[in-house]
Formats: sequence, structure tokens, C-alpha cells
Amino acid sequence: MSTFPIEEGHVRAFARALGAAPDGGVPLTFPIAYAHFDPDWPLVMRPGQPWHGSGAEPGVKKGGGGLHAEQEFEYFRPLRVGETLTVHKRPGRTWTKEGRSGALDFTERHTDFLDAEGELVARSTTVTVVKR
Amino acid sequence: MKVGDERSQVVVSDLKRTQIAMYAGASGDFNPLHTDEPFATRVAGNPTVMSHGMLVMGMVGQVLTDWVGTARVRRYRARFQAPTWPGDTISVTARVEEITDVGGERHATVSVEATSKDGAVTVLSGSATVVVP
Repeated sequence: MSTFPIEEGHVRAFARALGAAPDGGVPLTFPIAYAHFDPDWPLVMRPGQPWHGSGAEPGVKKGGGGLHAEQEFEYFRPLRVGETLTVHKRPGRTWTKEGRSGALDFTERHTDFLDAEGELVARSTTVTVVKR
Repeated sequence: MKVGDERSQVVVSDLKRTQIAMYAGASGDFNPLHTDEPFATRVAGNPTVMSHGMLVMGMVGQVLTDWVGTARVRRYRARFQAPTWPGDTISVTARVEEITDVGGERHATVSVEATSKDGAVTVLSGSATVVVP
């Protein structure tokens, strides 16, 4: 469990990156930006750990994670700037499909966002796919 | 709002690398595939940096909220069908497919499709459930 504060500056930066009005409300996909607060999210730099990508050299390939195949959000009420949500992550279904070039393994993960009263505000479901 | 109602919109013209960089910063997805040209081309073997699928989903979501407002959207789902790249112009069509009564509210199922390359490539398809205004 961790928390996700819905901060005005963060919402503005996110909206701006979509080409949206920065004061037009919290964008529908904003729950994905919980990545900034997720202790397990791999795609941010962490203190004391080497970051990857090109520097003097083009870098090295890092495996794992798979491709983001599908994404769903369910909204039980709009997110409000200034509130802090509590976040619960849990695994979902897994399934396999036969693709044209071999088996594809799909993994679903759910993230529930609850308000201070413990009411569900939003749920994010991410489906990733890995070629076996 | 009735079945068959449609909205079409260009959500980005000539996507810029710095918009992808802005999205990386705001979303927290700093995978170098998205912003690091030498990595993207020489290590990952891609033609250039690839946009985040979530950037496209976010831009498509704006079409929905411009139409009905954020508070009316109850569900929004997308499947990432093809990558998008700098220089892409992305067009979105949203269409009301069905309207049903759910517990005293009227819910519309709205399909969304985003294309690049003058409509030749579907980059995202999805649907949303919205409360009918």
C-alpha cells in the first residue's frame, strides 16, 4: 500500500503534455502518473542505482516488463486536486494466445485508488504482453 | 446524445519529440525507448523514439472529456494497436454505439479509434462508458 497525492502542479504538467488546457480538470488517464509514487515502478531513476540509456555509448537492452497491450480505467467519481488517495495493487487474470509467431502471455494487474473515507475513486487495469 | 452521434478530431499534428519528453516527465515513464534517440535506434532497433501508448490514450481521452465532461465518464478502455512516432498526425473518431438504462441512468457506450498515416494505421482502439448528458 502507498499513497498518491493529487497535486495541482503535477496535474497541470500532465494535462499540458497531452495538449490539454492545464486548468481543464484532472485528465482521465492521470491515475497512470501514480508511477511517480509507486515504490515498485521500474522506469524511474532511483538514488544510488545506475540509470540506463545512451551516454558515452548507446546503452544496453534491458529485458522484462513486456509491452503495454491494453489499459482500462473505471471511475467511481472524478479525482480532486488536493486529495491524497490510498493505492492498493493486486494481480488479475493471466492468459495465453497463440500469435502468428508463437505464444503470447498476457498478464493483468489492477490498481485501486481509495479516498480518505475508504471509498473507491478509480481503478486502473493494465494488461501487458510478453512473447514466450 | 443518440446512437450514431460522432465526433472526429485531430488530437496532434506532427507530434514532436519534446511532447513525448513532456509526457515522460509528467507520467513517470522514463523508458529510454521514448526519449533517447541513440538508444531507440541503435539498441532497440526502432526507426526513432516511440511515443508512449499512454500519451495517445490521454490525448484520445480529451476527445471524450471535451464531449461529455470528466464527471460523466465511468469507464475508458484502450488497446494499443500500433506504435506512434514523432511526425505523426493522429486523428480520433468517437462514436455512440449503444445506449442502455443502468439503475435509472442512461449509459452510452462510445467507441474510439485513433489513426495515423492519413487513416491508414489504427494506433489505438477502445471504448468508454459515459453517462448520457
